[in-house]
Amino acid sequence: MTMRQTQSQGGATRADDGASTDLRIRALLPARYGDAIFWLARYMERIENLARMLDVTESFARDDRGVGNWRSVVQINGDDALFRKRYPQGSGADAVRFYLLDRDNPTSIGFAMRAAYQNARTLRPLISTEMWAQINVFNKEIEALGPADIAASRLSALCGRIKDGCHTHAGLIEATFYRDQGWYFYQLGKYLERADQTTRLLDIQHHLLLSQPEDGTNLRADRIEWQVLLRAAAGYHAFRRVSPRRINLEAVLGFMLFDEAFPRSLRLCVRTVGTLLERLRQTYPVLRSAKPLECYDELDVSLTDRSYQRMIETGLHDYLDLLQQQIGKLSSAIGQAYFDASA
Amino acid sequence: MAESMAEGARGGVLDQLFANYDAGGFFCELTAPRDGEDQAVRLIAERLGRLGVDELRRRAREVERSLYDLGVTFTVYSDANAIDRILPFDLIPRVLFAREWAQIEAGVAQRVRALNLFLHDLYHDQHILRDGTIPAELVLGNANFRPEMVGIDLKHQTYIQICGIDLVRDERGRFFVLEDNGRTPSGASYVLENRHAMRRIFPDLMADIGVRPIDNYGLKLQEAMSSLAPDGVLDPHVVLLSPGIYNSAYFEHVCLAREMGAWLVEGRDLVAIDDRIYMRTTGGLVPVHVIYRRINDDFIDPRVFRPDSMLGVPGVMAAFRKGNVALANAVGTGVADDKAVYAYVPKIIRYYLDQDPILPNVETHICREPAALAYTLDNLDKLVVKPVGESGGYGLLVGPAASAAEREKFRGLLKADPANYISQPTLKLSVAPTLTEAGVAARHVDLRPFAITGDSTWVLPGGLTRVALRAGSLVVNSSQGGGSKDTWVLA
Repeated sequence: MTMRQTQSQGGATRADDGASTDLRIRALLPARYGDAIFWLARYMERIENLARMLDVTESFARDDRGVGNWRSVVQINGDDALFRKRYPQGSGADAVRFYLLDRDNPTSIGFAMRAAYQNARTLRPLISTEMWAQINVFNKEIEALGPADIAASRLSALCGRIKDGCHTHAGLIEATFYRDQGWYFYQLGKYLERADQTTRLLDIQHHLLLSQPEDGTNLRADRIEWQVLLRAAAGYHAFRRVSPRRINLEAVLGFMLFDEAFPRSLRLCVRTVGTLLERLRQTYPVLRSAKPLECYDELDVSLTDRSYQRMIETGLHDYLDLLQQQIGKLSSAIGQAYFDASA
Repeated sequence: MAESMAEGARGGVLDQLFANYDAGGFFCELTAPRDGEDQAVRLIAERLGRLGVDELRRRAREVERSLYDLGVTFTVYSDANAIDRILPFDLIPRVLFAREWAQIEAGVAQRVRALNLFLHDLYHDQHILRDGTIPAELVLGNANFRPEMVGIDLKHQTYIQICGIDLVRDERGRFFVLEDNGRTPSGASYVLENRHAMRRIFPDLMADIGVRPIDNYGLKLQEAMSSLAPDGVLDPHVVLLSPGIYNSAYFEHVCLAREMGAWLVEGRDLVAIDDRIYMRTTGGLVPVHVIYRRINDDFIDPRVFRPDSMLGVPGVMAAFRKGNVALANAVGTGVADDKAVYAYVPKIIRYYLDQDPILPNVETHICREPAALAYTLDNLDKLVVKPVGESGGYGLLVGPAASAAEREKFRGLLKADPANYISQPTLKLSVAPTLTEAGVAARHVDLRPFAITGDSTWVLPGGLTRVALRAGSLVVNSSQGGGSKDTWVLA
């Protein structure tokens, strides 16, 4: 990838009239497009994570009597009130429906798909025809899903197709998306969302881990909670390879939070965001690029300054909560620096 | 020789596919004999004939599917529902022969030139009104005449940069102008998309036929728009202003913006400061010099026109008046494509150019004139009655096809507000072979060529052929169940 290095820190709020031929100006996006790209990425990433979570929860997260453990999923997503209001029975099937089809639920695949589609429609002038057509068709498929499609026997296959859809999208981004500023916004959205989803996943599963007795130093191998967590993040096999004998809480959490090669670890996602922000600042200087970097630094410190022990002492939930807040703050700062139309 | 080839075409291969094809006394765009030019028809017929109806149907489904997947849709609003539809596509091309096209090209350019001279006159000295060539009240009392435009000098003195002129053919194959569209004419994207679709489904149908390419439409548009930029701007920044993703023609706007290499923006993406227009970007404000706007006059600037408009750019008219930004088409062109003014266009052509119209008008009765009203009321069963301000085929009466009750309703409307209507004889619109449930059958078509005008006029060699898909129907509008065809202009 070639990138122009610009010395100027100007990014002038108003470019000079006669000099409008400047390449720098040609490289700028309408702010509304930047926002739409960022959110397209977030929603597509969210869909993939939700599909993974649904699949794993339905397939693996059953207790000894085979009842799906949906309570914690609903609770941690902060969806308790809405879920109980819409589904007083609150069965596992209801929860699947709630997270897959229910467009009134902002953390459902249906909702995220519609939002991604709307953003793609806004971006239609910018994105490749292949990217657009894929999202257009994907959206129609999700829209057409009915209760019969999400029956337990079909759910895993359905989640597989949804993940495939997300991966096709990711491939098209990689292969066809022009790598100007817009590409940076896409990557920022994607990695911020992924970081956020990983914290949620940990939050959902961690109390199950904490509550289970350790067998000596290891988690009990016959319990599957720790597997569920790793599988939901597509990290089970990587974890086994990295830690073939040591399967304790510290190892699992350490892998999910701090592993430097695992694509969904907090550290990898957050460091990627940092690199992107820095390169964005160097390549397309704008006046307000400082704030997102400040927010990034705070988040980065939270990830380096934590030993496992201190994390357990503070309480994992509070720690994850802090990370989520910092991710949210960084996301807003990016929005204000680059997409705020009132600028 | 030419004749025998034509015979061959009609009597041989053509028969397999067109066995029951009957143009029914109308002029057929494909099969009507043209001296010495039947080679192309023969090739097309042979190639289509080899495929057969079932294969054509399969490909038709495939192309509709791909248009749907690509989201090449327009939005139909009815009963508070918004439905995305594809414009039905008929895969049998409409062919225009070189000689036919030469007349269209010259006629369209002539008309655009006259309309631009007319608009310049209306917004400056108004000679044509002063000397009574055109009734002044027809213009000055017209809602589409914009006093805000008076005295503004435009680049190349051009008001209508993008024009779509609707043409029809009678039973003898003569072309007539049905309507001038000089505000924000739409449909060019379908011309481009239809050609793409044809290439996908018939990779070799065009081979050796010599179809003129249309792929440079976006480039021509960009060039013409750039030529409107204020003096001294070396590398003009052109944008396309759209009402946004909920507009029924959004995908047309997308297609054109992409082909032009210009940003598609909404009103909220632009801001006026000190009578200059800027685009809000991720890196601050960037100047804009030319706006290809797909928003109607009424909505373009809430400070000047409708104050409740959320779509426009407050202050854009002031910037436009000062010459700091160009709007294409200019504001106030609607007075030239008004259906009542239409009747005077032949006069307008003679007045400014001292030429006979190359493309004649359809005979038109202007109901504001008492004699014309009386004639219209007496012949409602033979005439098409159109409201002057509407477009899209809404609110018109097709006399011969209408029920007695509908005709009576229009009798009342005409008497109540005669100035709002014109009437025209029902044309024996030409037909083209079209794939239908019952095989290949004749359906009525029209043609909208697109002309782009900067300092001179260029006519896209092709155009939008709209086809009335219902048997016998004369209404080709997409909002009324029409479809479209690829239009081949032969070199």
